[in-house]
Amino acid sequence: MNSREQILAKVAANQSATLSLPADVTFTPDGDVLETFKAVALAVGSKLFEVNQVSEIPGMITEQFPFAKRIVSPLPEMAVIAETDLAGINDPHTLKDVDLAILQPHFAVAENSAAWITEDRMGQRIVPFICQHLAIIVPVQDIVATMHQAYERIANADYGFGGFIAGPSKTADIEQSLVLGAHGPRSMTIFLVR
Amino acid sequence: MNSEQKEHAGLAETFNKDEDRVNWHDETLWWIRQKRDKSAHNIPEWETLRNTASAIKNHVLSNLHNYLVEFEANAKANGIIVHWAANAQEHNQIVHGILKEHGITQMVKSKSMLTEECHLNEYLAQQGVDVIDSDLGERIVQLAKEPPSHIVLPCIHKKKEEIGEIFHENLGTPAGVSDPQVLTETARQHLRETFLTRKVALTGVNFAIAETGDFVVCTNEGNADMGAHLSDVHIACMGIEKLIPKRRHLAIFLRLLTRSATGQPITTYSSHFRKPRPGQQMHLVLVDNGRSTQLGRPDFRNSLKCIRCGACMNTCPVYRRSGGHSYHSAIAGPIGSILAPNLDMRQYADLPFASTLCGSCSNVCPVKIDIHDQLYKWRQVIVKEGYGNKAKGVGLKVMNWTLSSPGAYHTAGKLGRAVMRIAPFAVNNPLNPWYKHREMPQAPKESFGEWYKKNRK
Repeated sequence: MNSREQILAKVAANQSATLSLPADVTFTPDGDVLETFKAVALAVGSKLFEVNQVSEIPGMITEQFPFAKRIVSPLPEMAVIAETDLAGINDPHTLKDVDLAILQPHFAVAENSAAWITEDRMGQRIVPFICQHLAIIVPVQDIVATMHQAYERIANADYGFGGFIAGPSKTADIEQSLVLGAHGPRSMTIFLVR
Repeated sequence: MNSEQKEHAGLAETFNKDEDRVNWHDETLWWIRQKRDKSAHNIPEWETLRNTASAIKNHVLSNLHNYLVEFEANAKANGIIVHWAANAQEHNQIVHGILKEHGITQMVKSKSMLTEECHLNEYLAQQGVDVIDSDLGERIVQLAKEPPSHIVLPCIHKKKEEIGEIFHENLGTPAGVSDPQVLTETARQHLRETFLTRKVALTGVNFAIAETGDFVVCTNEGNADMGAHLSDVHIACMGIEKLIPKRRHLAIFLRLLTRSATGQPITTYSSHFRKPRPGQQMHLVLVDNGRSTQLGRPDFRNSLKCIRCGACMNTCPVYRRSGGHSYHSAIAGPIGSILAPNLDMRQYADLPFASTLCGSCSNVCPVKIDIHDQLYKWRQVIVKEGYGNKAKGVGLKVMNWTLSSPGAYHTAGKLGRAVMRIAPFAVNNPLNPWYKHREMPQAPKESFGEWYKKNRK
């Protein structure tokens, strides 16, 4: 018997009689979704800007990130300031000098300010992690209340890689002192589109 | 227990020599516990979430065979290569086998308590493979040649000055630098080079979904993603108990995990890996290493519900004052003390006794494991199996004789009260095995029997 069969046989022999799976739970909290999102985003260290049009964003980026030499984004609207042909990159290591990446997640979650994004919106999987700074674009109607609504929305989507991202990368491993910019982006900027 | 064997009370005594450090450790962890409370109390449905998470996990454990089969089939269909390891040794050999196949001698690893449990780093070092831990806390303890002292906060026992010294010796920072911002930046630069040059990355797994074959890895630093997405080969290692049935169940577990751990609403990154990147190889190692045995112990099986948040450690009055290393096991604290005896009852016989049974651990556990009840039950199993403390065993036999003879009982009671009043040092000394674990009580002047004789009318 190989290890697989051995483990499965022992598990089958030792597990208890089947206990039922509880009914699904879902909760919709009181409070304004947008206001909650903003408060939580600021609390986890993100920066917020509100705009009326996506077309306002490139100008604001140039203003906010004057030091950024290499900007990437899969969004055609960002072509004026960013490299947009990311899908054609064969070696993700060539993205090591990206200063800023601009992405549009599918939606964001108010209770924790996490944004859900799948690889088709990243250009390359490494993009949101390897860039020194990350900016995301979130239309206000794409904010859901909690993780329950988030997974209702994700449902059975087919992706190779996807993730929630909430704020800049951070660590508190040294004496519990919070430091932004651990291994991923040093900052997270959210452009809320009204 | 032979003298070479590590034992909690002795290790705690060493940790307790530096009182200021103990107080600092205690207060730091209590502060994290308070952040957890604040966060949990913000969620009106918190208790419903805990109950539901617990019921989902109980259901999974009762149907684990089928969920493992379902998960494996879906992961394979997604292009992941699935391996099964019956024990730590097989796990280590599988990982090494993958490295050998690719001719790799250097690997970057993100946080995985399972690989600590299996002593993977030591094994690979013997095979000539260099492993770099990329979580900042883990990197610090790795450079200090120590194991993590906490599952979520690996170097919670270290002061920033000590970390500065470690960085000065290993990473070339100037002597005396202890600013967390500067030290973190140094680690960022050093590890970025590592991420960019390693071809194989190993990560742990927080949750695996039977329905879809997804596995989810949660980090704040982004180190798991930096390693995995730059690698040619991604190896993910998980215990067989990490499964949950449906993707939508993640809503419940992700809401509970970090709020319980540190009070954060969610980790910065909750990455859902499902298929390898084009050109990449993705391996997943399913590890038993005693879990199926624990599954067969009705009193202890639900310890396998654990989602490794560390809340039981942060709240534990013993852990906070004895430090993670006093548990001499990969997973410290209350949950570690019910997992470890399953792996080796003799080696870890002391751990279920390293508790006041106050129950705080059970009260904060997000999946409602009855931790303190299990600690109490383990004590009985351990003594029955003959692994109990021998010195206490002799004392208990004498006590048994005394209690079964009324004459001996009364004489011994009188003597004992007199000794504890007149010469408390006779019992409050290290030769008394009970004193090691507690302050002896003040002895009353007379027993209830004596009082009753005087006062009965």
